[in-house]
Amino acid sequence: MDAPKALDSDAVRWSRRGQGWQLALQGDWRGCALPLPEPPVPGPGAGESVVLDSQDLSGWDRNAAPRLWALLAPLRRGGAVLDLSALPEALRAPLELALPAPGSAVEAVPEHVDDGGILGKLRAGWEDALQTAAFVGEVVLALSRLLRGKAAMRASDYFRQLDLVGPMSLPIVSLTCFLIGLMLAYMGGAQLERIGAQSFIADVVTVGMVRELAGLMTGVILAGRVGAAFAAQLGSMRANEEIDALRALGIDPIDYLVLPRLLAMLTMAPLLIAYAALVGVLAGLPPVVGIYGVPAWEYLHECEQAMTWTHLWIGLFKGTMYIGLVALAGCREGLHAGRDAQSVGAATTTAVVKGLLWIVVAASASTVLFQSLGF
Amino acid sequence: MEPAGIPEPLVRVVGLTMAFGGELVQRDLDFEIRRDEVFAIVGASGCGKSTLLRHLIGLQEPAAGRVLYGEHDLHRADEETLASLRRRFGVMFQAGALWSSMTVGENIMLPLRLFTAQPLALRERLARWKLALVGLEGAFDLEPAELSGGMRKRAAIARALALDPELLYLDEPSSGLDPFSAARLDGLILNLRRNLGTTVVMVSHSMDSVFAVADRVLYLDHVEKTMTALGAPRVLAETGPERVRAFLHRRSQP
Repeated sequence: MDAPKALDSDAVRWSRRGQGWQLALQGDWRGCALPLPEPPVPGPGAGESVVLDSQDLSGWDRNAAPRLWALLAPLRRGGAVLDLSALPEALRAPLELALPAPGSAVEAVPEHVDDGGILGKLRAGWEDALQTAAFVGEVVLALSRLLRGKAAMRASDYFRQLDLVGPMSLPIVSLTCFLIGLMLAYMGGAQLERIGAQSFIADVVTVGMVRELAGLMTGVILAGRVGAAFAAQLGSMRANEEIDALRALGIDPIDYLVLPRLLAMLTMAPLLIAYAALVGVLAGLPPVVGIYGVPAWEYLHECEQAMTWTHLWIGLFKGTMYIGLVALAGCREGLHAGRDAQSVGAATTTAVVKGLLWIVVAASASTVLFQSLGF
Repeated sequence: MEPAGIPEPLVRVVGLTMAFGGELVQRDLDFEIRRDEVFAIVGASGCGKSTLLRHLIGLQEPAAGRVLYGEHDLHRADEETLASLRRRFGVMFQAGALWSSMTVGENIMLPLRLFTAQPLALRERLARWKLALVGLEGAFDLEPAELSGGMRKRAAIARALALDPELLYLDEPSSGLDPFSAARLDGLILNLRRNLGTTVVMVSHSMDSVFAVADRVLYLDHVEKTMTALGAPRVLAETGPERVRAFLHRRSQP
């Protein structure tokens, strides 16, 4: 893997000197950072002296000490006796500081952990899935404790989370779903106009928004806005040992931290989805009236006709499921984050990615399920 | 009956072996923590001091061995016993670990609210009293982020004292503090022991602090991966094994 290194082979000259060796530094070293050539084989062994001589060194700069160090450190470890006294002081002092003690080994550093290739990644993925399953199980247990009145959840935490999840998400939900409704009406209208069926735009917009898009868009928005925040909050609490402090008191972090967040999400989900659907349907009005010439009352009447209870409850059910998954992904990643700042960032990213992934999987599965059940 | 002169043990650690991710951390630890002593755990970085603390408070499961509070095994106790055991000790984590979403006062009141049936006014009075014990009367309404490092640690001690534990675990009380704050914290530890009769177990890197406050020192060796010395700091500094003496004298390892 190493490319053959260019060597500065004229910079040093080895010669025997009595029982030991002499290493003469020669020429102008300025501006050169190439490695020095290896010592001759067999070179200076344990106990043999190496005298450095810099008489023929006409110039040197800050690269000189590291170059010499790379050459001399293995010799010093091998037990050679280095005599640096003839070197210029500004070169000798840093070298003496950096050179290892005679005969010492390189201090052991922890080995880099290999991720084990594809098999290792598969195993990591499997362990991740097991951890998620265990987490979901713990959440279910915590919910049952809550129903029996034994969970250590603070009502004030729940209300604070309600505020964060619901009202504070309204502006972005409004904007997104308004534009989605607008596009749906505009594009749907362009197709229906060709067969003169403009009055059915209302059906497209209503069914699309209520049954699928309101829940999906709200889920996506909350994954970015709230799921990420959950992961960041819990992750930094973990890094800061705040979660350990809870556990040391015997407070279950699932009860105390996950339940208020999950319940706040599940409480707010249907309200946000219903609101999102309403905004989307109303957003269809301007293009339908302005571009396709359908009277406003006819559009609204057709909307009302298209909106059945089946569409409504399927839309609310699916959207609430997405949002519950987003909350679980955020809390799961936060609680299992590593203990440093970088891991908190990674947990936040993973929470969003997982949240979106779970939404897509749940959306496909539920769409197929409801279709095959005939709803 | 305990023989006179030797205080009864509060915690007994029997054959404790700790592992982390399949790697042995420390093996065969046998010691006891006596009532009314200040017990210091020392050793080189990475030798497993904080891990031992996490075992003593039940946050980590031992690979082998037991941690006994009286006759109860902390890691095998049922929920009810465990809850009563946990009320016997308070913990100060390294950076304080105050819950950042609450004020300092709420931090101290939370254990009171969860584990006692006291009315709010009484809880608040108790929390202010605990803060006064650590010299932080004015911090009741502050957010943890508004406190300095030393104040955060003292507030964390106040929270650890919330339920009047007989045993206080401190994880590196003087790390990251200037010498004055560290000395102040040492004084606080001695005062708590003297005035409240609290037994203190602390993990420490600071030999100044160990010599100033500790009655006994447990040395965890990073090479042998077990305890190699236990005794009064001054005695170990003179007559302990070579590495322990070097460590206590803050010389580099031989």
